Amino acid sequence: MNPHRRSPLVLVTAFFVYFFLYAPIIALVVYSFNASRANVKFEGFIPSFSERVVTEGSLVKSSPCGPFHWYCDLAKNREVIEAAKNTLTIAFTATTIATIIGTMAALALQRYDFKLKPFSQLSLYIPIVIPEIVMGIGILTLFSQVFGWMNNAFSLSGDSRWTMGLGTVIVSHIAFMVPFVTLVVQARLQGFDKSYEEAAMDLGANEWITFRRVTLPMILPGVLSGALLAFTLSLDDFVITFFTNGPGSTTLPIYVYGLLRRIITPQVNALSTVWILVVLAAVLLLQIVQGRESKQHS
Amino acid sequence: MLKRLRENKSAQGTLLALPTIIWMMGLLIIPLILTAVVSVGKRSPDGNVIYAFSLDNYIRLIGYSTDCANGQASCFDPLYVSILGRSLSLAFNTTVLVILLAYPLAYFIARAQPKQRNSYLFLVLIPLWTNFVIRVYAWMILLRQEGVINIALGAIARFLHIPFQPLDMLYTPGAVLVGMVYEFLPFMILPIYTSLEKIDNSLYEAAADLGANAVKTFTRVTLPLSMPGVVAGTILVFIPVMGTFIVSDILGGRQVILVGNLIQRQFLDARDPTFGSAASLILMVMTLIVTYFYTRKFGFGEEIVVA
Amino acid sequence: MTSEFAVEMRDVVKRFITPEGNEMAAVDHVTMKIRNGEFFSMLGSSGCGKTTSLRMIAGFEWPTEGEVYIEGKAMGHTPPFQRKVNTVFQSYALFQHLTIYQNVAFGLEMENAKEDEIKKRVGRALDMVQLTGMDRRKPKQLSGGQQQRVALARALVKTPDVLLLDEPLGALDLKLRKEMQLELKALQQQLGITFIYVTHDQEEALTMSDRIAVMSKGKVQQMGTPVEVYERPANKFVADFIGESNFLEGKIKSLTRKEASVFIPGLNAEVTGMPISEGLAKGEEVVVSIRPEKVRLVEKGALKMNMFRGKVTNTVYIGADTHIYTEVHGVKLKVLEQNRISRLDPKSFYTVGQDVSLLLMPENTLVLKKD
Repeated sequence: MNPHRRSPLVLVTAFFVYFFLYAPIIALVVYSFNASRANVKFEGFIPSFSERVVTEGSLVKSSPCGPFHWYCDLAKNREVIEAAKNTLTIAFTATTIATIIGTMAALALQRYDFKLKPFSQLSLYIPIVIPEIVMGIGILTLFSQVFGWMNNAFSLSGDSRWTMGLGTVIVSHIAFMVPFVTLVVQARLQGFDKSYEEAAMDLGANEWITFRRVTLPMILPGVLSGALLAFTLSLDDFVITFFTNGPGSTTLPIYVYGLLRRIITPQVNALSTVWILVVLAAVLLLQIVQGRESKQHS
Repeated sequence: MLKRLRENKSAQGTLLALPTIIWMMGLLIIPLILTAVVSVGKRSPDGNVIYAFSLDNYIRLIGYSTDCANGQASCFDPLYVSILGRSLSLAFNTTVLVILLAYPLAYFIARAQPKQRNSYLFLVLIPLWTNFVIRVYAWMILLRQEGVINIALGAIARFLHIPFQPLDMLYTPGAVLVGMVYEFLPFMILPIYTSLEKIDNSLYEAAADLGANAVKTFTRVTLPLSMPGVVAGTILVFIPVMGTFIVSDILGGRQVILVGNLIQRQFLDARDPTFGSAASLILMVMTLIVTYFYTRKFGFGEEIVVA
Repeated sequence: MTSEFAVEMRDVVKRFITPEGNEMAAVDHVTMKIRNGEFFSMLGSSGCGKTTSLRMIAGFEWPTEGEVYIEGKAMGHTPPFQRKVNTVFQSYALFQHLTIYQNVAFGLEMENAKEDEIKKRVGRALDMVQLTGMDRRKPKQLSGGQQQRVALARALVKTPDVLLLDEPLGALDLKLRKEMQLELKALQQQLGITFIYVTHDQEEALTMSDRIAVMSKGKVQQMGTPVEVYERPANKFVADFIGESNFLEGKIKSLTRKEASVFIPGLNAEVTGMPISEGLAKGEEVVVSIRPEKVRLVEKGALKMNMFRGKVTNTVYIGADTHIYTEVHGVKLKVLEQNRISRLDPKSFYTVGQDVSLLLMPENTLVLKKD
C-alpha cells in the first residue's frame, strides 16, 4: 500500500484551494502596474518611459519609471515611509521585550511550582479565546481613563499630556505576543531533558552560567520560532493597533485601511507587492539560515 | 540574600513569571474588568463615561424600549439582536466552509512525500505573511463590477455567446463570507495538518490489515485522530471571525454590519463607549460559551500552539 | 583528604509529594559510609531510592531529614557547582550544541583554568578514554559507547574526589557493557578515586564493586562485599534479588547456639544442622534458602540426612549450565548443574519424569526470618 497515494478528489480540492489562496495575490500584483489611476479597471500597463509623468484623464500614459510608475510614486510617499518605520519600530521593540519575558515565563511555568502558576498559565489562553476587538477596546478604555486621570491630576497640557502613540501600541502588542511566545517556548521545554542543566551545574556552572551556556543555546530554536511568530503577529496586527495608536504612530496596515476608505490608486497595490516581497525575502533568508544551522548540528 | 533565593524555588518561579503576570493583569484582565464596569455606566453628553450602575445598555442591546413610535407602552426592536445573530451565523458558515476547504488540503500535504511537505506548507503560509488588510483589499479587486471575476466571466460568456450582465458581488453578504473564508483558511489548514502528520503510517496499515477499505479507514481512523486539529482550527477561526470588523467594513460596505462594526462605531463614530463596552462584553460571553461547549465536547487541542 | 570517609549519609530521608498529593519517602533513613578510594555500588530495582541517594550526594536534591557529608563536611544546601564530586549521567547529558572538546573543557572553564592548561588536560582526559582525535566532533556523531566515554572524560577531567555514576552503562549493548565494566574498574583502581555506582544490574555490581549497598523501598537492605551479599544475604529480599534462591518455608524445631533444625511442612521433613545467625527463636516461622547451584543431585543411593526424593519436572539447557526443575512432594526446587563435559546424547542429561534425590548440604543453606 502506497502511503502517498491520494484520491483524485483530494488532488482537485488541493489544487482549487491553492488557486483560491493565490488568485487574489496575483491580481493584487498585476494591478500594481495598472495605468489607470482610479484602479477600478485594469487599463493595461503604463507603456513608456518619459522624463515627466504624462497623464490623460485618469490614465497614466508614460512616466520616468515606466510600468513601475506606482512604485516610484510610493517611494516618494513620506506617509508610507513614516508608517513603515513605525511598523518596524513597533515590531522589533515589542518582539524583543515579549520574547524575553515570554521565555522567562515559559521557564517558570515549566520548571517551577509557585502560587500564581495556575493563574499565569490560564491567563495565557485569554487572547486566544476572546476576540481581538474585545481586548482592543478594553486596552483603549484603560489607556484613555488612566491618561485622562493623570493629565487631570497633574494638570498637564499641550505636549506633556499623556496620549496614545508608539508607546501604547508597543505595550499592547507585547500583551498579545507574550502568550504565543510563552506557549511556543513551553512546548519546546517540555522535551528538554533536565539532566543537561544538572550536568552543567555538576561541572561547576552556577545557575546563570548554566542558563547562558547550556539552557539558552539548547532552547534557542524554540525561542527564535516564538520570536518569529510574535514578529509576524505584530506586522499583521490591525485591530489592537487600530484602537491603541495615536498621532505619529500610524502603521502600514492602519495606513492602508485609511486609504481603502478614501481613494485607492495602484500605489496601494505597489505597497502590497513590496510588502509581500520583503516578507517573503525575510522568511526565505531565515529558512536558509535555519537550514544551514540544522545541517551543522546533525 | 542570593542564597535564600537559591533555596526558594517558589520565589524564583514567581520572579521569572512576574513580568508576564504584570502584563497579563495590566493589559488583559484589568481592561476586561474595566470594560465590564464601563458597560454598566452611562454616557455623558460629550461622550465620556459616567460611572454608575445601569443596565440600560444591555436593555438597549436586547431591543426592549419604552420610547415607542406608535404610542405603545413598550416595544421590541430587534436591530442589535439581529446583528448578533448575523455575526454568529456568519462565523458558523465561515468555519464550516473553511473546514471543508482546509481538510482536503491538509490531508494532501500530510500524505505528500516528506521532502515536499515543507514546500506545500510554505505555500500555505505565504498568503498569511501578506497583511490582513491587504488580503481584504485584494478581494475588492476581484469582486468589483469591473473586477477580475466579472472580466473572466464576461470572457467566458462571450466565448459561449451568452449575454452577460456583470454581477454585483462587492458589498454583499456573500463577499464578506468569501473574504472571511480567505482570511482564516490557513489557520485551519495548519492545525489539521499537524494532527494528520502525527498519525503513524502503521495505523493505516493496521486498518488495512484488519480489513478496512479507504472510506472506513478515513472515517474510523483518520478523522477521529485528526479531530484535535479540527477543534484547534475551529477556535482559531470562529473566534476572530466573530470579532473582525475590517472584512465587513471593506467588502460589505455599509450593507453588512457585524458585532465588530457595531462596537467599533460606538468607540469612534457614535462615541458611546458604554454601549460599545456592553456589546463587546456580550460578544466575549458569546464566544466563551461557544468555545466552552465546543471544547468540552471535543477537548482543547494542543495544536493551537503550533499554528 | 581529611576524612576516612569520602561520602557519608547519616540517617537521610527524602520525601516527595506524588502527583496524587501523597507524601512518599523515596529514601527512608539511609545511613551509608563510603570509604576513600572505594568502588561502592548502590544496587536495587527502579524506585528503590538509589538514584535519589546519588542525586543528594551530587547536590541535585536536598535531604528532607538527615545530612550528607563529603570529605567530612556537612553539605546542607550546598549547590552542585560547589561540591567536589562529579557525575556521569545515565543519559550522558552531553551538550549537543558543543563539540567533544568543548564538552570536556566545560568544567575546566568553570574553574577559570588557563587555556593551555585546559588544552593539556582535555587532551589527557580524551587519551585516557581512548577518544584521541575525536575532539572536534559533535556528540551526535559518536556511537553510544563513545558518548559514554566522553561523559566519563568530562567528569574525570575535573579530578573530583568522588565520581558518581548513574547507571552509566545502561544504554550499551551487553558485550560492550561487559568490556566497559572491566575498563571502569581498572580506571578506578588506576586513579584511586572513590566511585559511587548506581545500577539495577546485580552482575554489574558484583563484577566491579568493593562493597555493595542493596536497596529496596528506600532502605538499605544489606551492605557488604560482593561475596558477603551473595553468600550471606541478610534477608529474604537480598537472597532473592542477588542471584537466585530456593525458599522453603518452615518452623524452627530445635535450636543450639550454632545450628538449627527446621521442619519444612512441604517436604514433610526436617532439615537439620543448618548454621544460624542471631535473633532466631525456637518455634519461629522461618525461610530456608538455598541457591540452585548448591543443591546436589544424586541419581541413586540410600537416603541420608537432608536428602529428599523428587522428580524432574523440566530441564532447560542454556549452554554453560542446565537448569533442572524438580518437585519434592509439593515443593518446587530449582537445581543448576554445570555442563562440565561436552556431550550430545540426550540420555546423558536429566530427563523429565526422572526420579532424583536432592541433597541440601546444611552449610549451603541459610535460615532467614520470614518477612
